[in-house]
Amino acid sequence: MTGLTTGPAAGPVTGPVAPHIAAVTTPYSVSPALMDTLQVVVLVLVAAGATAVVLTRQPVRQVIVLSGYGLLLALLFMVFQAPDVTLSELTVGAVALPILLLLALAKVRKKEE
Amino acid sequence: MHIFPFVVVAWIVGVGLYGLVTSRHLVHQIVCLIVVQSSTYVLLLGVGYVSGAVAPYFYDIPLHTPAVDPVVQALALTDVVVEAAVTALLLSFAIQAHKRFGTLDPQELAELKG
Amino acid sequence: MRPAVRRWVFLIAGAGFVAFYLWGLTGLPGFGNYPGPYGDIINSVAVAQTKATGVVSAINFEYRGFDTVGEEFILFVAATGVSTVLRHLRGERDRSALDEALDRNAPPTSDAIRMVTLLFTGPTVVIGWYLASHAQTSPSGGFQGGVVLATAFILIYLAGQFLVFERVSPVDVTDAVEAVGAAGFACIGLAAVGLGLAYLSNYLPLGQTPGAVDSSGTIALISFFVGVEVAASFVLIVGELLEQTLLVRQESR
Repeated sequence: MTGLTTGPAAGPVTGPVAPHIAAVTTPYSVSPALMDTLQVVVLVLVAAGATAVVLTRQPVRQVIVLSGYGLLLALLFMVFQAPDVTLSELTVGAVALPILLLLALAKVRKKEE
Repeated sequence: MHIFPFVVVAWIVGVGLYGLVTSRHLVHQIVCLIVVQSSTYVLLLGVGYVSGAVAPYFYDIPLHTPAVDPVVQALALTDVVVEAAVTALLLSFAIQAHKRFGTLDPQELAELKG
Repeated sequence: MRPAVRRWVFLIAGAGFVAFYLWGLTGLPGFGNYPGPYGDIINSVAVAQTKATGVVSAINFEYRGFDTVGEEFILFVAATGVSTVLRHLRGERDRSALDEALDRNAPPTSDAIRMVTLLFTGPTVVIGWYLASHAQTSPSGGFQGGVVLATAFILIYLAGQFLVFERVSPVDVTDAVEAVGAAGFACIGLAAVGLGLAYLSNYLPLGQTPGAVDSSGTIALISFFVGVEVAASFVLIVGELLEQTLLVRQESR
């Protein structure tokens, strides 16, 4: 297949764009500027959250920061118009994962005593 | 705005890998792996987004309203739940390693033999 | 390699990797300029074809149902893996839960926590059940509902009652429930083969109103089985970890 031998394009797709690729508007859309601002703000928060999770070296504190990061991710998925993924991330990232991690940490700490 | 989400994805991958490489505690490493995996969710949803569209649920909106791509949402959704189970498996490995070797420091574990 | 040297080597190599990754990502059509026909096609035909208004669940359990079978079995295998890896090693023994509860000298759970968690257990079960059985209507589905259902059992443990947690979810029963969930999904697909259609085709009546509880055929049924299986596997995993933390003890030499 010919397309696989060339590398990625050097920039965003330029040239005439098919009509359905331009921004659509529905009766339920908010103004694009507002949506863009919201998305940029939440993306910056998510990047900061990821940095905070990695830079917290103590495992127990890191679990709490991970829970907050899960909440931020859920907010990001909501702003990307994906409510199903938001539900999953909320239940898993803020509840199930911290429980598993804290139980493992309790087991390890008990051995050290 | 056209590439900003992808810049954030690359940033999260880089930061997560940095934490993975310079970690001194197995559970800290596992959490950094979770962070790296979360970048793929952002990438999937970023690829499928349509500007100005709504979520693909037509229960209370008219049928042919333009909506975002539902396929990547289906992928990301099962991905999130499966990640938790795989993390549990990794944690059980960490517990057994601690029982056998007494330490959770990956740089010390690399030097142990047998 | 000393940690400082390792850090610098990674920073150089990592920067190069991230730059290369970013270069590849800029070849995409840009955020918001979705070109592909697949999403638009599914959005326009899914409701008419499956009578399910939740298009994401329709994709998960019908259009790409085969992928979901695989993912569910990843969950199943992970729960089995946790039980296997955390088996008793040589030199460990199990205290019975009753002995452990009697001579724990941890402070008893405060009444506030106990009241709040016990109050929330009932609504959590109802919400989990609702989420698992309404996949075709709104943003819900088997996976989310299953995790919420598992949270209800964890709330019982948090109220300070590990004994009750053990009694409410004994390992054999949870194992059986998880197996029924996983096998149920696979068998619904096999029943389609038995009827002469392709594996996991939708052969149940599709119903009249899109998005009603009895619409969309096998999607609602599969979602319910998936919810049961996800809940059981999470309860198993948490039960194993709790047993390790509270009950398994190294035999003193």
